[in-house]
Amino acid sequence: MSAPASLRSILFSPLLRQNPVTLQILGICSALAVTTSMETALTMSGALTVVLVMSAGLISVIRRHIPDSIRLIVQIVIVASLVIVIDQILQAYLFEISQRLSVFVSLITTNCLVLGRTESFSRHNPPLRSMVDALGNGLGYSLALTVIGSIRELFGAGSLLGWQVLPTVDQGGWFTPLNLMLLAPSAFFLLGGLVWAIRSVFPDQAEALEYLSPDDPEASQ
Amino acid sequence: MSELWALFLRAAFVENMPLTLFLGLCTFIALSRKTGSALGLGIAMVAVMGVTVPLNHLIYTAVLAPGAWAWAGLPQTDLSYLRLIAFIGVIAATVQMLEMVLDRFFPAIYASFGVFLPLLTVQCAILGGSLFMVERNYDLAESAVFGVGAGFGFAVAVVMLSAIRARLSYADLPQGLRGLGITFILAGMMSLGFAAFAQMVAS
Repeated sequence: MSAPASLRSILFSPLLRQNPVTLQILGICSALAVTTSMETALTMSGALTVVLVMSAGLISVIRRHIPDSIRLIVQIVIVASLVIVIDQILQAYLFEISQRLSVFVSLITTNCLVLGRTESFSRHNPPLRSMVDALGNGLGYSLALTVIGSIRELFGAGSLLGWQVLPTVDQGGWFTPLNLMLLAPSAFFLLGGLVWAIRSVFPDQAEALEYLSPDDPEASQ
Repeated sequence: MSELWALFLRAAFVENMPLTLFLGLCTFIALSRKTGSALGLGIAMVAVMGVTVPLNHLIYTAVLAPGAWAWAGLPQTDLSYLRLIAFIGVIAATVQMLEMVLDRFFPAIYASFGVFLPLLTVQCAILGGSLFMVERNYDLAESAVFGVGAGFGFAVAVVMLSAIRARLSYADLPQGLRGLGITFILAGMMSLGFAAFAQMVAS
C-alpha cells in the first residue's frame, strides 16, 4: 500500500494476486462453512461484500474523528450494526437461505476480512479508494467462495445452483454423488488445492523454506 | 450429570469448532506454527469461552429474549435482534478484564500470551459459541459446559495441528503447497479423523 496505486489496480489486484482468502488468510472462517452449495455461497458473498463496502466507506469518512485507543470498538460496533441490518433483510426476504446460513451471517461481524481491511486500508485512505478496495476484496472473497462452492455442489450433488447438471444414479443417470464433498474435510482439501493452484501460477507467493535455520526464532516468522 | 458430560464431549469432539464447524479458522491457521503459542491460545480459548457463554446466556434471558420485559408490563418487547452488539460487547469486556487480571497477578502467563489475547475479541469461535447457545436454547449449566467444552475442543485441535506442522517443517513439499496449502490439507485430514467422533455420542 506504499505507492499511491490507481483505482483500477486497487480494484483488480485482490481478485487473484492478493486474494483475501488464499493469500492474506482473511475470512476463511466463513468461507468454508457456507460452500456446500453455490446458492449459499453466493448469498454469503453478496452479504459480505455489501457489509465490507459500507463499513469501509463509513469508517473512512469518520477516520479522522476516531480516537486511536478505542478504534477497534468503534469499528466493531459499526460493522455489527451493518450486519444486523443485512441479517434482518435476509430473514425478511430470503428466509430459507438465511435458515441454512444459520449463525454465519451474524459471524460476518467477526470476519477477519472486514476488520482486517478497515484496519489496514480504510483508516488511512479517503472514502472512494477505501470503498473500491473493499469492493475488490469482497469480489476476491466471492470468487474463492464461488469456485469452492461450485466444485462442492457439482461433485457432491451433481447440480449447479439447483439445476441438475450430472444425472445422478437415483434419477436413472450415471453419476454417483461423492458424499465426502458435502462434508467438512473436502472443504479443507479443496481450499488447500486452490492455494496450491494459485501459488503455482504466481510462484512469488510461495512461502520460504522454514528449515534454513530452525534454531533462529526469526526464521519461522 | 451424564447428560452434561455428553454435552461436553459433543461440544469438544463431535462439533469441534475449527474442524467441523469452521469457526475461528483464522487464528487456528495463523497461530499453529509453534506448539507453545498454540497451547497458550488453547488455554485462553477455554478461559474466555467458559466465561462469556454463560454470561451471555444470563444477559440474553434477562434482557434480550422475547418476553424478557414482561415483568415491566412490556410482554411484546423483543430485543433479540440486538444480541450481536451485546455479545460482542461482553466478549470485548471479558477479554480486556482477563488481560488485566493476568497482567496483574500472573505476569509470566500474560507475557506468554502476547499479542493474541486482544485478538480473541474478533474470534469467530467465541461469538459463534454464544450464538449457538441462543439458537439451541441451552440453560445456564448447559451453556457453561458447552463453553468450556468448545474451548477445550479448540485447544486440542490447535495443539495437534501445531505438532504436526512442526514435524512437517523439515519435509520436502512442492513449492506452492508450502505453508498455507499444506496446513489446509492437514486440517482436512484431522477433520476426517474428527468425523469418526460423530459416532461416539448419540445425539
